[in-house]
Amino acid sequence: MNQKKQNKEKKYSFWGDTWKRLKRNRLAMFGLFIIGLLVFCAIFADLIAPYDYATQDLMNAYQGPSLQHWFGTDEFGRDILSRVIYGTRISLQIGFIAVGISLIFGGFLGAVAGYYGGKLDNFIMRVMDIIMSIPSILLAISIVAALGSSMTNLMIATGISYIPSYARIVRASILGIKDQEFIEAAKAVGTSDWTIIIRHILPNCLAPIIVQATLGVAFAILTAAGLSFIGLGIAPPTPEWGSMLSTGRNYIRDYWHMTLFPGLAIALTIFALNVLGDGLRDALDPKLRG
Amino acid sequence: MFKYIIKRLLMLIPILLVVTFVIFTLLYITPGDPAKMILGQTATEEAVAELRAELGLDQPFLIQYLNYMKDLIFHFDIGTSYTTGQPVIDEIMNCLPATLKLALSSILIAVVVGVPIGVISAVKQYSIFDNIVMVLGLAGISMPVFWLGLLLIILFSVRLGILPASGYSTWQQMILPAVTLSAQSIAVVARMTRSSMLEEIRKDYIRTVRMKGQTEMRITIFHGLRNALIPIVTVIGTQFGSLLGGAVMCETIFSIPGIGRLMVDSIKTRNFPIVQGGVLFIAIGFALVNLLVDIIYAFLDPKIKAQYK
Amino acid sequence: MEHTSNEKLLDIRDLSVEYHSNGKIVKAVSNLNLSLKKGETLGFVGETGAGKTTTALSILRILPELPSRITSGEIWFNGENLLLKSKKEMQQIRGKEISMIFQDPMTSLDPVATVGKQIEEMIGLHEKLPKKELREKAAQMLEQVGIKRERIDDYPHQFSGGMKQRVVIAMALSCNPNLLIADEPTTALNVTIQAQVLELMKNLKRQYQMSMIMITHDLGIVAEICDSVAIMYAGNIVEYGTVERVYENFCHPYTEALFDSIPSLDEDQEELKVIAGLTPDPTNLPSGCPFHPRCPYAGPECAQQAPEVRETEPGHIVRCHKDLKGGSGNE
Repeated sequence: MNQKKQNKEKKYSFWGDTWKRLKRNRLAMFGLFIIGLLVFCAIFADLIAPYDYATQDLMNAYQGPSLQHWFGTDEFGRDILSRVIYGTRISLQIGFIAVGISLIFGGFLGAVAGYYGGKLDNFIMRVMDIIMSIPSILLAISIVAALGSSMTNLMIATGISYIPSYARIVRASILGIKDQEFIEAAKAVGTSDWTIIIRHILPNCLAPIIVQATLGVAFAILTAAGLSFIGLGIAPPTPEWGSMLSTGRNYIRDYWHMTLFPGLAIALTIFALNVLGDGLRDALDPKLRG
Repeated sequence: MFKYIIKRLLMLIPILLVVTFVIFTLLYITPGDPAKMILGQTATEEAVAELRAELGLDQPFLIQYLNYMKDLIFHFDIGTSYTTGQPVIDEIMNCLPATLKLALSSILIAVVVGVPIGVISAVKQYSIFDNIVMVLGLAGISMPVFWLGLLLIILFSVRLGILPASGYSTWQQMILPAVTLSAQSIAVVARMTRSSMLEEIRKDYIRTVRMKGQTEMRITIFHGLRNALIPIVTVIGTQFGSLLGGAVMCETIFSIPGIGRLMVDSIKTRNFPIVQGGVLFIAIGFALVNLLVDIIYAFLDPKIKAQYK
Repeated sequence: MEHTSNEKLLDIRDLSVEYHSNGKIVKAVSNLNLSLKKGETLGFVGETGAGKTTTALSILRILPELPSRITSGEIWFNGENLLLKSKKEMQQIRGKEISMIFQDPMTSLDPVATVGKQIEEMIGLHEKLPKKELREKAAQMLEQVGIKRERIDDYPHQFSGGMKQRVVIAMALSCNPNLLIADEPTTALNVTIQAQVLELMKNLKRQYQMSMIMITHDLGIVAEICDSVAIMYAGNIVEYGTVERVYENFCHPYTEALFDSIPSLDEDQEELKVIAGLTPDPTNLPSGCPFHPRCPYAGPECAQQAPEVRETEPGHIVRCHKDLKGGSGNE
């Protein structure tokens, strides 16, 4: 009992320390701030966006940035700022759900492979190797090609291509911890396998998973936008950043603002997630700091 | 060493078997009848059925797959394009040079620019140069290929008018696509070089070399960088994978008739043999690059080399 | 012992070295004075963190650049102040004039170069020789330290710890240095190998007629191969003299404590004697004599004022307020 309590306190101070270290990293805090802002935009898009994202105003099409339309208007006179704001919703949704998919499946496969070992482990990891032998964007393209392009399929496609990385992380953590005494002890008193995995093993691989998941959200958003850009993802008129870019590309000679702002939104999101991921890595594992 | 390479090449076979199977299954379950697609919506039922039989599409799934593999292995035939009627292999071979040119020049740029930047950044850790590199590196990693391409077109083709925005034959035409595609890799390679160098130059053996009276320049390059190369080569190998993905975007933006664009166009027209062939080719290419990386390891790391003997 | 002359080869005057870590300043070495005659072997003894290695690295000027700094002092070697030398001049001195053997042979060789190449690099830096002769000389050096010349193309990972240390020794001696600094060359090795390596060093020292600084915390090693001994505590030398004088008639309480902590075979000891208290925190050294919190003889003046050096007998120096006079602790 006492031991458990101590463990808990130790854990709290671990997260407390991590937060303290993260706070000292200004770039990571900037990333966190941007992500907070994006989440805010996604949730309250209806309240923040100055215009409806779909309302057309052909008289005011192709307008450059102005006080009325900060980011200008597109070929149908729709307000680009509003569309970018609504776009956060779609991109974040894709990012988080895709990572959720790969996390659940990858985590499960990795846990099974690492915990039971043997032939099962070998089989699962070989399959993971094969998935990894196809460049991830290409795999996503093939999956979208097969399933057809829709938002759900985009999430599945990007999610699947990242399953192996989580499987590897979880497996490695389990292998590192499996034979330690407290696991033996838990087994000896008859704790079930799954309780052991969830109670004892999972918390130990949380740190690398958090880092990987942060970077994974970035990858999913980037891939989804890229697929939409080449016409294999979300099609207009949905206000998705990648498809907005794809439209903007047609008018690149005359109306650069149509490509500038949606792209800026993507780049800023990815940048924020990357610096946060880097910062988390440093904060979670102080040994790695130079 | 030679034995090892043969062994690795043989290990490609199961990977390719599974890759073809996965891709084949994926496209098999895809809704939409290719025969109808080829003949158009106005075609008669009989004509469609006839074409289905001709293409072997009326066979059960496993037979179709076995036929595909048989043709692939014995005739190097991976099907016929639905739209042009040309062998897929020919269509892909037509597009291969453009993609290769783009990918190879990008990886070359990434190494030639990324490695020296990373080394200087590590040696001058915490200097202004290092700080700028770190921030630019993060920006580079976060830069979507397709957006960077568009921005470069806006700047250099539309505004300044000094570089062409499409094509791939002349070196002027190659500049924008290659820079676009390599930007991210430069950043990744530079960051990896920096962190790997930082680790190496703090190790004890560097102090030993310094004790010998060696110059800092040579210590950095012949000992530090030489030892740091293994993780750098690894990252270059994995970068090649994302570079192939990026090539799809890049070819679309700059209208380069490469494999990536061929595949995207084929997906849109549901021209599945081409998609299958494209994925197969890229998977082979990626596997070969990984093999190459493993061989380079053996030259870089005497411990690995010893295992192969 | 054999070739000691009165000419000074190395003379360190008033050397101070600081480290910066986490915004704190660590005084690793403070106002250290030490000299070494030609042909002399000096034992440099003290606990981990006393500043022995820092002093050695300062002589070669290969302290890690960013966090450390030599704040004062002069290091005279063969009549020249090394601290005033240019980078290039230092590079010519390193390896050629002064050479060093490091503590951990497992990490002190470049893992991706053959041992031959690593010895050749050293020779090639200081002697213009054609490739073939470089290789021949490297092979000879390997034989000198008891390694077959056929192993010249092997990589470090193919050698055991003791063999690696032999390679390092071969390398360090390959340019006939005037001064060899050996930084705990046997600490990382197991006991039987320690004896072999030590024996080797003793023989080579005689053969090469060089001066040597042997950093160690093993008083047995010092007795075996050194002429004189310097005891270091918290960044300064607390006692210095010839091995005979210091071993028979030590005058500093810390030296006494070091001797006491050697387990004796004659006595029936229940447990090992350890020096009471901990090594002082280098960022926050005690006032006065840094040893006073652990010193059984400490009086009020020890906490207030740092002791000056005194000469108890010619050539025997001690830094202590008290006069141990040998009798009190020496059984």
